[in-house]
Amino acid sequence: MTEKSTAKTKDSKAKASRTEGKNTAVTLCGIRLDNPVIPASGTFGYGYEFAQYYDINCLGTFSFKGTTLEPRFGNPTPRIAECQSGLINSVGLQNPGAHAVVSEELPKLAKVFKKKVMANVSGFSKEDYVETVKILEATEQIGWLEINISCPNVHGGGMAFGTDPKAAAEITKAVRGVTKKPLIIKLTPNVTDITEIAKACEEAGADGISLINTMLGMRIDLKTKRPVIANTMGGYSGPGVFPVALRMVYQVARAVKIPVVGLGGVSSAENVIEMMLAGATAVQVGSANLVNPYACRDIVSDLPRAMRKCGIGTLEKIIGAAQL
Amino acid sequence: MTCPQIGKKANLGPVPKLEKGCVMKKLDAIITENKEVAKNYLKMVLEVSGGLGGEEVLPGQFVNIEIPGLYLRRPISVCNYEAGKLTLVYKPVGSGTEHMAGMKPGEKLDLLMPLGHGFDPAKAGERPVLIGGGAGSAPLYLLARTIKAANPKAQITVLLGFNEKAEVLLEAEFRALGADVTVYTVDGSYGTKGFAADGLDSLTQGAADAVGYTYFYACGPMPMFRAIEAKAKGDGEYSFEERMGCGFGACMGCSHKTKNGYKRICKDGPVLSRGEILWD
Ligand SMILES: Cc1cc2nc3c(=O)[nH]c(=O)nc-3n(C[C@H](O)[C@H](O)[C@H](O)COP(=O)(O)OP(=O)(O)OC[C@H]3O[C@@H](n4cnc5c(N)ncnc54)[C@H](O)[C@@H]3O)c2cc1C
Ligand SMILES: Cc1cc2nc3c(=O)[nH]c(=O)nc-3n(C[C@H](O)[C@H](O)[C@H](O)COP(=O)(O)O)c2cc1C
Ligand code: FES
Repeated sequence: MTEKSTAKTKDSKAKASRTEGKNTAVTLCGIRLDNPVIPASGTFGYGYEFAQYYDINCLGTFSFKGTTLEPRFGNPTPRIAECQSGLINSVGLQNPGAHAVVSEELPKLAKVFKKKVMANVSGFSKEDYVETVKILEATEQIGWLEINISCPNVHGGGMAFGTDPKAAAEITKAVRGVTKKPLIIKLTPNVTDITEIAKACEEAGADGISLINTMLGMRIDLKTKRPVIANTMGGYSGPGVFPVALRMVYQVARAVKIPVVGLGGVSSAENVIEMMLAGATAVQVGSANLVNPYACRDIVSDLPRAMRKCGIGTLEKIIGAAQL
Repeated sequence: MTCPQIGKKANLGPVPKLEKGCVMKKLDAIITENKEVAKNYLKMVLEVSGGLGGEEVLPGQFVNIEIPGLYLRRPISVCNYEAGKLTLVYKPVGSGTEHMAGMKPGEKLDLLMPLGHGFDPAKAGERPVLIGGGAGSAPLYLLARTIKAANPKAQITVLLGFNEKAEVLLEAEFRALGADVTVYTVDGSYGTKGFAADGLDSLTQGAADAVGYTYFYACGPMPMFRAIEAKAKGDGEYSFEERMGCGFGACMGCSHKTKNGYKRICKDGPVLSRGEILWD
């Protein structure tokens, strides 16, 4: 923050050139981003509500709320439990359904966001994913598809697609068949070997991998002696998962040739740089938006300072620099 | 708000204001007072630096407070807000509220405010009744003040319920607004023995219109709501609580099903009208 305040005292021209001196742009699956900072799905709604708080065009892009074929109310409440350095959520993919997203949410977003958005898609069967992607495919506003395969497969005994390389590849292949947009598969960390899943998605035609989704967790209320979350368990996220996420991003970036989007616990410009050093081309920020609605704006404006501190001139050059 | 990357505001025309009242701000507030006002309850007064630019807080709205060392913010209702001076009344029940209770004047808190869709004072009519249980009495104060300011002739009845005499809150403050206040205690140690909702029966009995009030507003625990639901003859609204991830509508952590679709307690609530609530 000291750089920011000293910059304020200089004239605006000098300030502009100092920011320009730091190149924060990256290319994610063929689309140029002004910077690698992307609010993560489920923590930024469909974006337009945040536009009341700041100009969201300062973001690289953002990933909208996980969208399913049909509208979903989600799980019973309580859906939220606090943890040290994070939270558990069991929202259960509450969303208005793909048709309403295209006809209502995206037109509202278009009024305040001029960049391409990342469409996060969920489903409970292969057909769900395919039908949802078909509905979203014609929308110009959507730049990338981010397929969340952490959901339970209703035809596969409730196991998440993302825990089985075969199921993950099958979803990837099916979606690949119906989209020309860059296809990013979002992985769950709740597996033994995440590289195996990532490689299966790459082989099946994915253009990128994003990780991590939330880690399965739970809390018990000491007064009532019952689980805090109505559905007993939920997904843990926030700064506490950062080291685990970083490790998995590092492993996946070594295992695949396609770009990796890193996320999990990112809360500062330094965290963004660390994720990129591990191999991330772009970085998502989730939970941090919930406790500070300005988190992503602040990270974007703080990046040049953090780059200077780390001796980085062009951010794109450091991707995977920590890989041995 | 300027954009650090573009350097100037992107030219997209005015950003539509989506909510009623003032858009949420993230503010620093300095504690000027923090003391016990009744058994189990503290009152915290804060000076909101920079303020809301003259914009008002609506009754029933809340603030979401960052607590040092804890990840999630804590939602507390606005008891009163006047010219940058914010009053909260709270009960220490866990790590967050206990931390607040230990804070001293001069210390700072980071707030998101104002949040939520509050009470609708325009519905009050000439003889509204305000029903509060425990800490739920707090947001009714700004509501009573707002109703009185809009219609000085309104005859406001306030029914307050507490466990015992030592816990009684805000009675004098409501009286100072000219309200007709009845206090109920569970153990009968003060006022009338019983529950605040019992007061509805007295209002209704022998009333010319068989209702006895023009509209009701309720804030308190679920058993109180169920009692009101069973007794109330007229229309009204309730203020709900839910565990929150963000408090400003972003995470869907606090959704309740209603007759009008799902509602986020933090943004479309906490106040819901009687007609839309589904009492599972
Ligand atoms: C809109 C709204 C307005 C409120 N206004 C007041 C008020 O004016 N005065 C007052 O004393 N209390 C109020 N509460 C309740 C207050 O938010 C909780 O008592 C407080 O969050 C407890 O935090 P803790 O860390 O002390 O307890 P802990 O039990 O340690 O909290 C753990 C987690 O559970 C959440 N939590 C626990 N109890 C509640 C609850 N009842 N409602 C929502 N979240 C909860 C906490 O926020 C935290 O995330 C309000 C709640 C809501 C939703
Ligand atoms: C409240 C909440 C809702 C979420 N909803 C979704 C979702 O709909 N789709 C999805 O792919 N991930 C969802 N996630 C996961 C996040 O996008 C992200 O992968 C995870 O929280 C880890 O990042 P973080 O630690 O920065 O939050 C959600 C997370 C939270 C906290
Ligand atoms: S608490 Fe996040 S939407 Fe209500």
